[in-house]
Amino acid sequence: MPDRTNPFLILQSIGKTFASGVTALDRVNLTVNEGDFMSLLGPSGCGKSTALRIIAGLSSPTSGVVDWRGPPLQQNDIGFVFQEPTLLPWASVYDNVWLPLRLRGVSRKDAEPQIAEVLERVHLTGFENAVPRELSGGMKMRVSIARGLVTRPRILLMDEPFAALDEITRFKLNNDLLELWQERRFTVLFVTHSVFESVFLSNRITVMAAHPGRVFEELTIDAPYPRDAAFRTSALYAELCRNTSDTLSRAMGMEAADAIH
Amino acid sequence: MPSIETASPMVVDAEEARRERSRKLERTGRWLLPLIIMAAAIYFWDRICVWNEIPQYILPRPGVVLATLIEDASLLFSSLLVTLRITMLSLALAVVGGVGLSVLFTQSRWIEMSLFPFAIVLQVTPIVAIFPLINIYVDDQTTKLLLCAWIVAFFPILSNTTLGLNSVDRNLIDYFKLNGASRWQTLWHLRLPAAMPYFLGGLKIAGGLALIGAVVAEFVAGTAGQSSGLASRIIEAGYRLNAPRLFAALILISLTGIVIFLALSWISHLVLHRWHESALKQEQ
Repeated sequence: MPDRTNPFLILQSIGKTFASGVTALDRVNLTVNEGDFMSLLGPSGCGKSTALRIIAGLSSPTSGVVDWRGPPLQQNDIGFVFQEPTLLPWASVYDNVWLPLRLRGVSRKDAEPQIAEVLERVHLTGFENAVPRELSGGMKMRVSIARGLVTRPRILLMDEPFAALDEITRFKLNNDLLELWQERRFTVLFVTHSVFESVFLSNRITVMAAHPGRVFEELTIDAPYPRDAAFRTSALYAELCRNTSDTLSRAMGMEAADAIH
Repeated sequence: MPSIETASPMVVDAEEARRERSRKLERTGRWLLPLIIMAAAIYFWDRICVWNEIPQYILPRPGVVLATLIEDASLLFSSLLVTLRITMLSLALAVVGGVGLSVLFTQSRWIEMSLFPFAIVLQVTPIVAIFPLINIYVDDQTTKLLLCAWIVAFFPILSNTTLGLNSVDRNLIDYFKLNGASRWQTLWHLRLPAAMPYFLGGLKIAGGLALIGAVVAEFVAGTAGQSSGLASRIIEAGYRLNAPRLFAALILISLTGIVIFLALSWISHLVLHRWHESALKQEQ
């Protein structure tokens, strides 16, 4: 069991104001520890995706510092999974997973062991030659996750990756993601608007509030891993969901009862 | 009593059967109907010639046109080859020029803003009006024709490919940025493949236009003697009131246009059929 006490990523008073004058983030402070599965939970407009883009380096903050701890961060160290699978539609599953390695100059043949391994981990062995159009939504997302993991990143940034999937597929992918996380011990920062998903997956949840986007409260989800289907129906899970939901409701300035939907 | 389990999988209800029948009918009709219309038109063309006793130099009977096509085959087909060579060369140059310019445009918005209006000017000015100038400035006959056909053909490739290169999924562009991809890598691995359906659409239009450009250029250049493409054959036959040959040449040009279109559609299908929506619909 990793101790998850070494700070890995520290956001110091991050602010982001767009040219239109909208303040997306206001003095966001956040510490992600090595090995954490942290969810950013909040209503739409709370800036959780903006925060993720700033951490990934796709967008620069108006104020504040993104501070990476530990050995100097390299390009390989960040994996990113979008809300949509965001695959190359003309390329096979194999070539889509190869893409990040290819951009780093690894030949198709040299990448083979890594690609085969990661495809096996996401249960896509045998689909190497399929193109995205031939796959279901859940399978496309698996390819996207495989692509995010093939460079063996130290942190995986996920922007509502399962929001567009049906519930059965989402549960399955939740389980598989947790299994991967425990096995490979990378850090995850997971953006979601689902209370149930964040409680099931995370050891820590940062609840955010909107207008302007800010950190409202940090929660620790004190439930042991591995978490499986039994955990989903446990009293502990229900209790944790209720607490988290209450916090979210307060963040949204509403009555607690309105939040669960 | 028959249960659900014993029902064979081949049993279809009446509605499905009807739908399947009409689907089959439609498939046959798609190629059979135009053929029937074509045959009827040729038949009436022939009858009208006979009924009205139209002389051959005004409107030849289809049989005569066919005979001429066979009789003058060596002359007509060597002319076709000349026209085809100009068409293909100008199409190739249009691809190089159109794709090259559009890639240049996507490298910098400033270049696009500066140059695109001139491409439009070139496109909207009728080629027939520009040609006398080309005729003055360019000596070589082949170069003249090529230039003319190129001006007509390159624009759809340029505008379509530019649109395609700019229609890439924003998230994928972010993904490439995230992975430290160079401008060249983004172009090669992302923008160009994403622009492929647009480019192929432009190519299909450009193929027809290149043929039109080649024929028009030959027309305007006139029968100066050196050129002997199909258009010069048509002009020549017109002067000599050789209507059968005129018709034969015309038919050859039409057929060439159809073949070019079908060939480019086939290429487009080969490239896109596995991943692009447009090709998927074509299959069904």
